[in-house]
Amino acid sequence: MAKKLPKVDVVTIGVGWTGGIIAAELAKQGLKVVGLERGASRSTKDFLMVHDEYRYAIRYELMQDTSKETITFRNAPNERALPMRQLGSFLIGEGLGGAGVHWNGQNFRFLPYDFQIRTMTEKKYGKNKIGADYLIQDWGITYDQLEPYFDRFEKTIGVSGEPSPLGGQRSNAYPTPPMKETVITKRFKEASKKLGLHPYHMPSANLSKAYKNPDGEQINACQYCGFCERFGCEYGAKTSPNVTVIPTAEKTGNYELRTHSNVTRILYDGKKATGVRYVDVLTGEEFEQPADMIALTSYVMNNAKLLLTSKIGKPYDPNSGTGVIGKNYCYQILPGSVGFFEKEQFNTFMGAGALGATVDDFNGDNFDHSDVDFIHGGSVSITQTGLRPIQNNPVPPDTPTWGKEFKAKSIHYYNRFLNIGAQGASMPFRRNYMDLDPTYKDAYGEPLLRLTYDFTEQDKNLFKFVGEKSSEIMKEMGADTVVTIKSAEKYNIVPYQTTHNTGGVIMGADPNTSAVNNYLQMWDAENVFVVGASAFPHNSGYNPTGTVGALAYRAAEGMMKYSKQGGSLV
Amino acid sequence: MTDKDQKVTMTRRRFIRNSSLVAGGAAIGGGLIGALIGTNLDNDGKVKTSHETGHNQQENSEASTRALIYFTDREDFQVLSAATERIFPEDENGPGAIGLGVPYYIDHQLAGNYGNSTREYMQGPFFPGTETQGYQSPLKRNQVFNEGIRMLKETSQKNYNKKFDELDGEQQDEILSQFEQGKVPLRGTDSNVFFSLLRSAVLEGAYSDPVYGGNANMEGWKMKNFPGHQASYLSQIEAKEFKKIKPQSLHVFHK
Repeated sequence: MAKKLPKVDVVTIGVGWTGGIIAAELAKQGLKVVGLERGASRSTKDFLMVHDEYRYAIRYELMQDTSKETITFRNAPNERALPMRQLGSFLIGEGLGGAGVHWNGQNFRFLPYDFQIRTMTEKKYGKNKIGADYLIQDWGITYDQLEPYFDRFEKTIGVSGEPSPLGGQRSNAYPTPPMKETVITKRFKEASKKLGLHPYHMPSANLSKAYKNPDGEQINACQYCGFCERFGCEYGAKTSPNVTVIPTAEKTGNYELRTHSNVTRILYDGKKATGVRYVDVLTGEEFEQPADMIALTSYVMNNAKLLLTSKIGKPYDPNSGTGVIGKNYCYQILPGSVGFFEKEQFNTFMGAGALGATVDDFNGDNFDHSDVDFIHGGSVSITQTGLRPIQNNPVPPDTPTWGKEFKAKSIHYYNRFLNIGAQGASMPFRRNYMDLDPTYKDAYGEPLLRLTYDFTEQDKNLFKFVGEKSSEIMKEMGADTVVTIKSAEKYNIVPYQTTHNTGGVIMGADPNTSAVNNYLQMWDAENVFVVGASAFPHNSGYNPTGTVGALAYRAAEGMMKYSKQGGSLV
Repeated sequence: MTDKDQKVTMTRRRFIRNSSLVAGGAAIGGGLIGALIGTNLDNDGKVKTSHETGHNQQENSEASTRALIYFTDREDFQVLSAATERIFPEDENGPGAIGLGVPYYIDHQLAGNYGNSTREYMQGPFFPGTETQGYQSPLKRNQVFNEGIRMLKETSQKNYNKKFDELDGEQQDEILSQFEQGKVPLRGTDSNVFFSLLRSAVLEGAYSDPVYGGNANMEGWKMKNFPGHQASYLSQIEAKEFKKIKPQSLHVFHK
């Protein structure tokens, strides 16, 4: 029997960027907030000895323990889904700060085109440009409406950057100047300019200089140590929830953080949520935490899973096309190009997660799509994130993967290769979705989430086009050998690709085709707000965090409004 | 004072200050504080042992960790060692897997979380999946190694009537290639799964921090010009020329 606790104003399920932002904003305004985090506490002092590639980047010290919870996966609805028994394709966060601890800090805004993608695409290219099985829809909000929230998030995290020449209008400059120019970023920019493109320095949450955010939190200056992605920052220089919004919430006196607290159910009376049930994973004790408002703040997977297990909102059915929960799961398409340089060595072991340069010329609708068989595109970037030796053993094509020749070449090219990577937009497709697995259970007896996903024709066409563009830049940069990455025929859950999973609880203007409105308030439960990339109706050609952060500030504003007036906010 | 020195001092100080919050509590706090405040030299300049951690004890020196805590049959370890050396052989660049201590690294990994697959989802039912669904065997990683090594031995006897570690290099490569292609039947898994684990483990042992038992004397890093743990590249990141930096391991926190 669960122990019933005194009621609070707000519960967040998960404490990373979104849970932290909701907590900080509402606690500052006097609401009592409880943050439930399934993992352990952690912060800067835990990362003093973090320069350990094996522990953090190979064995995934900071990520989800799949012995307790994972997903099942299949490529198509007629296959049997099987458990993802170890992490691979994406690295789900666990513990205080979530993936906000081990992100790279590449902080973009989605394009104006993204938010009105169906309207703008049909207007320019006609109704037949988008195939019937692509569930592409407008977001129920425009870039201009979201701009103040982008600005807000960028100020909270202190982004170092310069505007994209092809991005949306900005009300303010970035809070801190761009990161340093290196031989590598400079070479990319010069080559891109020669090709008539518009390069700029990547907007970074590894800060170019020390910065105090509007909440009074200090973020330090990046040291370019080369251990960012998959690691925590020992300097407090890669902005994380742990050095910003979580301490901001704690300072109010209105916030209570409970770690090792795994939520298993949202309690729902058919109209509203009344609270949550959770397990203390250290003692096994069950608690019921009543609350006036619930914020699901677990990025994508567990936002969708908890709604499905709690039976809130109508599950998506790929056959009939009805229902919304689990719909529009998207990922990201990752074309790119590898260049091998015979006569030069680069300091690629130095770097920072968001040290890089980008062009947006092939992203969104920044180029004419009349003669191509896909929509959207991707940002194309070079990054200098710090190449570590276990993960990077580059060899030219047709080299054996082990033995004498492999060893010699992987050592020779370790500092003699560069990589241009694109983040390609991913469009929703009828058979790509999430539901509950009928067979497999997690450590708490709850069903695992089941992912059904494969690449589409749109994906493969986009991949080919953007990949060739990246190779043109690499050639211009002077590489002796240029290898254009080929698209996989099928999506594979094993090799790491990206943790930019999106969708499942999408936003929109119509309750029949979306789960939440443009405050991320659920149509079917007015006191439930579902915050994360789960709200994206499709995934764009950028890292998602900037847009997730903006939506979280928007949701916090909605929750504050709701606490005063109740009812639907739109 | 260089940037680097400053950083170490600053972070140590900050760490010790913060650690007082957990002193006496979590085990991790006690161990780390001990390591950081344990001094290395006494007034006469003699090496002093830290009572808190045992650091600098003669018995704790690097060489004495070269012993087996997973394998029981010496021949199995010799077969493993021979296979790792074929994957990452000694050459003009520097040591191979054996010289780097990779076989010991693998032995130690197989005895712990990695070998016992403690962070993997190991609940049934088990079905063979498609290639895109990944690992689906009920075997833990150390059991995959057991099976793989057993079949390396058997295949060697069958094909050449010799022990695997007594074959010449080309013969060993021939057998390893059969494993790589999934042609050798294993119980509970496939030979390509074993080979792929083995290949990854060799690279991990060659290039992980020496604290794990491989990458002896940071020779793996030196071959690649990877400087290991460096506090900061702030003053070098804009350099036009390639920087060769003397590598440093996590042991620097315990000196």
